[in-house]
Amino acid sequence: MARKMECIAMLLAGGQGSRLGILTKNIAKPAVPYGGKYRIIDFPLSNCVNSGISTVGVLTQYQPLELNDYIGNGQAWDLDRANGGVHILSPYQQIKGTEWYKGTANAIYQNINFIDRYSPEYVAVLSGDHIYKMDYNKMLEYHKENNAACTIAMLEVPWEEASRFGLMITNEDNSIAEFEEKPKNPRSNKASMGVYIFTWSKLRQYLIDDEADPDSSNDFGHDVIPKMHANGERMFAYLFDGYWKDVGTIDSLWEANLDLLNPKVDLDLSDPTWKIYSRTPVAPPHYVSADATVQNSMIAEGSRVFGEVDFSILFSNVTVEEGAVVRDSIVMPGTVVKSGATVQYAIVAENAVIEKDAVVGQRPEDMEDLNEWGVAVVGSGVTVGEGASVAPKAMVDADVRKGDK
Amino acid sequence: MTGKNIVGIVFSNAYDECLSELTGLRTMGSVPFACRYRLIDFALSNMVNSGIEKVGVVTKSNYQSLMDHLGTGKPWDLSRKTEGMFLLPPFSTASSGSNGDKIASLKGIMGFISRSTEEYVLFSDCNSVLNIDIEELMDYHMEKGSDVTIVYKNGKMPALSNVIVMEMNDSGKATKIAVSPVTEDNVNYSLNVVLMKKSLLERLMHEAISLNYNDFEADIIQRNVNKLNIYGFEAKGYATTIDSMQTYFKANMELLNPENCDHLFDKERPVYTKVRDDMPAIYGLGSNVKNSLIADGCIIDGEVENSILFRGVRVEKGAVVKNSIVMQGTYVAQDSSLSYVVADKSVVITPGKTLSGAENYPIYIGKAIVI
Repeated sequence: MARKMECIAMLLAGGQGSRLGILTKNIAKPAVPYGGKYRIIDFPLSNCVNSGISTVGVLTQYQPLELNDYIGNGQAWDLDRANGGVHILSPYQQIKGTEWYKGTANAIYQNINFIDRYSPEYVAVLSGDHIYKMDYNKMLEYHKENNAACTIAMLEVPWEEASRFGLMITNEDNSIAEFEEKPKNPRSNKASMGVYIFTWSKLRQYLIDDEADPDSSNDFGHDVIPKMHANGERMFAYLFDGYWKDVGTIDSLWEANLDLLNPKVDLDLSDPTWKIYSRTPVAPPHYVSADATVQNSMIAEGSRVFGEVDFSILFSNVTVEEGAVVRDSIVMPGTVVKSGATVQYAIVAENAVIEKDAVVGQRPEDMEDLNEWGVAVVGSGVTVGEGASVAPKAMVDADVRKGDK
Repeated sequence: MTGKNIVGIVFSNAYDECLSELTGLRTMGSVPFACRYRLIDFALSNMVNSGIEKVGVVTKSNYQSLMDHLGTGKPWDLSRKTEGMFLLPPFSTASSGSNGDKIASLKGIMGFISRSTEEYVLFSDCNSVLNIDIEELMDYHMEKGSDVTIVYKNGKMPALSNVIVMEMNDSGKATKIAVSPVTEDNVNYSLNVVLMKKSLLERLMHEAISLNYNDFEADIIQRNVNKLNIYGFEAKGYATTIDSMQTYFKANMELLNPENCDHLFDKERPVYTKVRDDMPAIYGLGSNVKNSLIADGCIIDGEVENSILFRGVRVEKGAVVKNSIVMQGTYVAQDSSLSYVVADKSVVITPGKTLSGAENYPIYIGKAIVI
């Protein structure tokens, strides 16, 4: 038995993120690079550490290799602890056979033994898909004050977008009156952020009951939470006020990255009191040459800029050669943009090569039909040949030969 | 890997005096260099990249910042159960000379060296900045049947005392050794990276102690030029020895040449340093950056040219930083201007100030000073 912990976190990191297409071909969504040097999972992990939660179970299932490798022993997040720390929890073989995680609730159910080792009072269930900075400890205090069985973090979204989210209708004391899952005509704009705190003794029983129910899809949102609500458990909404973004689609990933360049957006990664930790690549400082032009951009270490970079995010070890232009784009580690090439409104994954005079993506203002427009994506390791072009909205995961479109 | 058979010794305080401004509060080894490094990072990285697993860091004074930087040695993968990094603070009985005098320092750590099971010893000072393949050095040492191999560079001799200058025959064997001779010519001067067998070092040290020698370079190396096989091993590409604020400034500026940068930060032999978890640098709208090296955590809204910006430097709108080295966390407020300035950590330049030095005499602003 490990030392008792008041609260531990379970981080759901098994999602494929299929709407990110080729970006998640070989990696799980939480391992998708973000913001010049981070991966999505750095945010919930850093939030945990900064909130004083030092035991985190990371539930992986889809393409876990890169994620496991990235997390390692957790040292980068100060989660290499003698007691607790970060643990990768993959589905495992049991006497009655091997089971994949059937749903989010089942994933936690299968790790009841892990949680019990720390005999926690509370368990935070987090998703590894969102970009936000949040003090879970404040939420935990709120949970305790309310003597709640379950507290769900929510934030107010614009009414016009509300129908895309799981919504909550709350009473005056912020207890939850009703849930609405992606309704056509929303009656609330309070959306769930995928951050839950449960009183462990309660959740434990619900998980066991849920597993025994053959009709359940073993999902928190669909099964466990509604069941708790139907049984009249004390459930509260915790209002979060700050930046939060689901980076589930190419467009939202692109936007969330470029949000970092918008001074009006409330996401400050330079705050020394709430650092976002990550595994820092070993690379020298980045270099901007005498002929380069860099405007409104973020550039990580090891990069070399000889051309033009405008409103873009360059990850580590990216090279932008002389005469090359990168604008309104995200360029991931190790990619080379050769002279005369243009990358615009695009996401270029790791270690791609954009050969001379190639064109990736298109500006919306240059489009005849705006419906055809979208962010272009070049997969990792892909070479876009000399003079070739990649259409807007296209996703390329194989080499594009010289001159091809 | 050959490194397993070598114990590395890094002298963190050697030549502190020549950079007195920067070493007022720190050791030579912890002097900031190239945007995100400390000088000791190069010596340590050279060693670990060749597989050396045991490194003793010799300290003399002012080593708080060094200890803070090194921690347990984790960034260099030297935080190990067996071997790893050993901080060797001075023993109260050991007096220690100045100007990189090694005999006094070595006296205090001979116990550490003798207890090591490795067969070879590699010395390195911190004021020489180079990226060198120590496996290649070891191969050369073996192939030549060398007793002592000294890494050298051909060029103008640094203005330091105790500099070994070698004349060599065609095979690289030293035939004549001078110690800090007066000369304006290009010479083969030692970068103070020295490889020899541990048993030989022990023998030479016994001799030195019994004869009351106190000068490693003159009494141990120079005196033995005909008795030992002493070989020179040339450091190619970017390699530099810092002997003054001028050369410190120049050595940083030389990295603005991508070729030098590529060589010092060879991808096959990366340079490791302490991680600070900064966000990547942000360039604001209207910023103008030319020919500069920029570290993570900088926020630039002004103009930067021919400069080296360390982590977390802030250059406000309308501020101009030219030909300068600006260290970690320094703040350059709007409409102020720096030219040929070396600003230490956490300096604040308030709005509208103009500071200007000259290429051969950069102005130095001390740590945390508000101007």
